[in-house]
Amino acid sequence: MNNLLIAPIITPLLTGMVLIVFQKNVMLQRILSLVALVATIVISVLLMNQIRDGGIQSLQLGGWEAPYGISLVGDMFSALLLLAASIVSVCCLIYAFSSIGRKQEKLYFYPLFLFLIAGVNGSFLTGDLFNLYVCFELFLVASYVLITLGGAKRQLRESLKYIFTNIIASAFFLIGVAYLYSMTGTLNLAQLSIRIAEVGQDGLITTVSIVFLIVFAMKAGLLLFFWLPGSYSVPPTAIAAIFAALLTKVGIYAIFRMFTLIFYHEPQITHLFIGILAAITMILGGLGASGFSDLRKILTYNVIISVGFIMAGLVSFTSAGLTGSIYYLIHDILIKAIVFMIGGTIVHLTGTSNLKNISGLIRLHPQLGWMFFIAALSMVGIPPLSGFLGKVFTTQGVFEAGYYWLGVIGLVASLLILYSMIKLFMNAFWGETILSVEEEKGTTKGLLFPIALLTLASVALGFGAEAITGYVAQAAEELLNPNLYIQAVFE
Amino acid sequence: METLMVILVGILVSIGTYLILSKQLLRIVLGISIVGHAVNLLIITSGGLKTGSAPLLGEKAAGFTDAIPQALVLTAIVINFAVTAVVLVLCYRAYQSFGTDDMEQLRGDEHE
Repeated sequence: MNNLLIAPIITPLLTGMVLIVFQKNVMLQRILSLVALVATIVISVLLMNQIRDGGIQSLQLGGWEAPYGISLVGDMFSALLLLAASIVSVCCLIYAFSSIGRKQEKLYFYPLFLFLIAGVNGSFLTGDLFNLYVCFELFLVASYVLITLGGAKRQLRESLKYIFTNIIASAFFLIGVAYLYSMTGTLNLAQLSIRIAEVGQDGLITTVSIVFLIVFAMKAGLLLFFWLPGSYSVPPTAIAAIFAALLTKVGIYAIFRMFTLIFYHEPQITHLFIGILAAITMILGGLGASGFSDLRKILTYNVIISVGFIMAGLVSFTSAGLTGSIYYLIHDILIKAIVFMIGGTIVHLTGTSNLKNISGLIRLHPQLGWMFFIAALSMVGIPPLSGFLGKVFTTQGVFEAGYYWLGVIGLVASLLILYSMIKLFMNAFWGETILSVEEEKGTTKGLLFPIALLTLASVALGFGAEAITGYVAQAAEELLNPNLYIQAVFE
Repeated sequence: METLMVILVGILVSIGTYLILSKQLLRIVLGISIVGHAVNLLIITSGGLKTGSAPLLGEKAAGFTDAIPQALVLTAIVINFAVTAVVLVLCYRAYQSFGTDDMEQLRGDEHE
């Protein structure tokens, strides 16, 4: 029993509810939401240390013993994601202060943002399949509204597709829940794991696992990413950054949870299937990232490549592979927020996202250029930046497990990331400076600070990898050993 | 009884799929709504139907109704309702902005 587990969900949720009342008072909204999210960072650090010392923590809501009540479970994997998510959310919030616009701030931007974070945190911490669905819906509904905030024509058009796709995926989620409940009679993740281990994962259960895989693949953008490039390039920058950093990652988290805790008995079917999906995703994402000459398109296709790469570590199902995936996942949450914010800032400055019309920004905005350069190198995996360790461990794990083709595709995809990011860097920052300060459409005032904070966090993750190794290794060990999770729930 | 219900769910899902594949926004919303109801029926069916007694009769009762699917379906209906409301408003707004409810014309920018 650890009451701290509910805090990362309750804090943003209650603050958001209170903020609805103070709709007119923008200053108060800013301060309160910042306080709530900084508090979430502190709580996740506390949780991480408790989990390091005392193993996986659990909380039975309302005192109902598992499996009758709803459990919240925090293992190291969820705590690490929680920390990364809260850091990113604080930075996106600060970025929103000076970019989102007074009108949107009064149209409930802050409450919606906090509800989104509450849903994401809830998905990381819940130990119940139906509760996972509820948390998914919580952040999805918030994202439906956030993506249309402002009501520009492009936003309306793309958001319709985003919403329809997600509603259908949610229906499939419920279909999976219904089948699983009728076969096992439980929805508690730990008890599901026990029951399926007892009766064996037969063909029917494997089929249901594929239904869940389709649902989460849709949310994560694993192969089923047709909705992603459109919908991630329309909302305001702060919102696009938090979407790119967090929403696909929740899908990835769910795939990891389901296929390490519950459906891990038939890896030659399910994990191979995920591997094939990951390989195709990396190839298609790489083609998209190197083919387009639109800044936003390049960045969104880079989101897709990284989803495929993170999945490769899960496919290998080795200690090294999972360690690499967790490293890369944390790195990717930070780095996607950085590049989306920088991309948004470039569009804000120049008024266009077409690379052909952007040139020579580095003369007037050296900080922006160098931060983008660091982020680009980090994404490719140049040591000692943060992407390096993730790539090394994932590739090592994939080769150990004998999936040579997947490892090779992962490395080729890294080259395509390098090509697309350097293309973006050279086009946007090098060359002749075509815009003078007066001609620029906006200023970078207040926008550079959150980007710098995140870049610092990302560089620290690379250089200080030694400090975090223990945590990541523990997370990988817990994922490989479902009994630890089960014991923590039924202690 | 369960078999009949599952067949009904299948029919509803196929109607929903047909509507979702059409071009008009309102039909798509209706299709999504019908699929949502089909899924709710499936959840209710997953706990078994017509067991003949109320839930929570005590530990020694011969038969009882499983209350969990009903709790689940209640939550699912509420969420489905909220999402449908949001989508309807959004569709109306899109119709106002674009002057059309044809998905073909909402495809995307030209030259993409």
